Amino acid sequence: MSPKTQEKIAFHVLRAMTALIVLCLAVVLWDLFSKGFPALTWEFITENPKKGMTAGGIFPAIVGTFYLIVGTVLFALPVGVMTAVYLVEYARESWVTRVIRLAVVNLAGVPSVVFGLFGLGFFVLFLNFGASILAGSLTLALMVLPVIITTSEEALRAVPNGFREASLALGATKLQTILFIVLPNALPGIMTGSILGLARAAGETAPILLTAAAFFLPRLPNSIFDQVMALPYHLYVIATQVPNADEKIPYGTATVLMLLVLGLNLAAVLLRSYFRRLRKV
Amino acid sequence: MSPNGEPMAVKDVVNVDTPSLAKNASKRRRAWNAFEKVSEGILFASAFIGVVTIILIFLFLFKEALPVLFDAKTAASLTASKWYPISQPPVFGLIPLIAGSLIVTVGAIVISVPLGVGAAIYLSMVASPMVREILKPTIEVLAGIPSVVLGFFGMAFLAPVVKSLFNLPTGLTALTGAITLALMALPTITSISEDAISSVPGKYMEAALSLGATRWQAIITVIVPAAFSGITASVMLGIGRAIGETMTVLMVTGNAGIIPDSFLVPVRTMTATIAAEMGEVARGSDHYHALFVVGAVLFIMTFIINLIADMVSRRMKEVE
Repeated sequence: MSPKTQEKIAFHVLRAMTALIVLCLAVVLWDLFSKGFPALTWEFITENPKKGMTAGGIFPAIVGTFYLIVGTVLFALPVGVMTAVYLVEYARESWVTRVIRLAVVNLAGVPSVVFGLFGLGFFVLFLNFGASILAGSLTLALMVLPVIITTSEEALRAVPNGFREASLALGATKLQTILFIVLPNALPGIMTGSILGLARAAGETAPILLTAAAFFLPRLPNSIFDQVMALPYHLYVIATQVPNADEKIPYGTATVLMLLVLGLNLAAVLLRSYFRRLRKV
Repeated sequence: MSPNGEPMAVKDVVNVDTPSLAKNASKRRRAWNAFEKVSEGILFASAFIGVVTIILIFLFLFKEALPVLFDAKTAASLTASKWYPISQPPVFGLIPLIAGSLIVTVGAIVISVPLGVGAAIYLSMVASPMVREILKPTIEVLAGIPSVVLGFFGMAFLAPVVKSLFNLPTGLTALTGAITLALMALPTITSISEDAISSVPGKYMEAALSLGATRWQAIITVIVPAAFSGITASVMLGIGRAIGETMTVLMVTGNAGIIPDSFLVPVRTMTATIAAEMGEVARGSDHYHALFVVGAVLFIMTFIINLIADMVSRRMKEVE
């Protein structure tokens, strides 16, 4: 076989491999959406589950996921951005920064269920928050922290040094420069990273399984010390533990969760490309 | 602009009392200076939260795991070949759980590495820029699908297919788990490998072509070896993702706590064991502590995998 024919065959194989991956994605999306979209009615979104979760809607789970996401942002965003600011603007290369970076890298690799175990041991039991929105949000926040730190760091580094120098030359202090010049310019990147982190938090089940999620709670939470239903956990429950549920309910729940997560991801991508274009002009 | 950033009207500038302005300015400057010091401290403290978290995770896992490790009876049962936590006396054999995690992870890697690296080579070396711009984000959509949704897909769609294809009593097997995990690892492997291959300098390809190699020969003998550490890092991260994944395997692998002898039997992974049983155990019981032992083993395994990935990708940067 001549090298040219070999090349032709190899490229066809590579093309087929890529096509296979895209095909798998298409099958997943088609299966979920084709059975899920017919289930999306106004009642499904706005009503409580009924008849032992075999009928009715998923409203409390939507609200619960919303609370958990908001809680996660409140904790993870300030800490993540401040860490990134420290690493980019203040830290000199030393063993301290190396330790911080190593911790962030390793935190990103900790399995979600281990975060769940830690949340249970530390927030739920040791700090005595109980299974609650607070404990769940804190656990999720620790999990998405590396995402927010890494993307914020990139965004801060992308601000040209000339901006900092110009600001300092005008007599601004370092903190003034960071607050009024660096952060506003890095904001799009920070927002993109935060939204990606949120999308991840919204879809995670294992960390909230042990720290926040209620099996069935047909009312809305009253305080941050209440348990909540959440979309991913609700999907797990009806898919595995409610055997006679109408097929529409798990598919509908999965579709709502997918729309939320993919919607957030899409928002992040669009935001990034919008700001990129803005900057070029 | 005045020192605190507010615009000043012209008459203020004209009638300005210079010594007092200077005094005010220096007062403000001192206030800012104090603020500078405080805020640097706060920033440093928040940067340390990540470090504290890792240490706390480590401490809590081991603190909760210790009672089982130090009790002679339960510690001896950790090496048993069965996980029967609620029998009398309970048997906390870790081997079937580790074997379960390994078999689905190996299965997932066998499927996802050739596909992922193949797709990465295609996207970076063969596809036109437009095709790449469309396909790369498309494949990354897979990474955005929540694990519980993929688990549900595995249960509802894949398991019946596996069941009828191999004529099995149940479709919830290690193979089903491996396929769904492969779907989760694929975007990681493809995306990072693609970055690694794309970052090989163009002159490598030009040099190979000028020596008479075809593009394919150049890819296989020059480009892929040059990107090897990046590809290895992507595979390690894919393994880390697969071994730590919880909800998908919990939903699709059938959860039988025995040592698997093939891909077509139900298995129980470490992650699924924790997620399934932790909700029901009594706090402080042997079973509760045994689940923390599982968590600690899992933590160490992923820690080592990530460390290798980090070392490999650092070496890659040094080579560049």
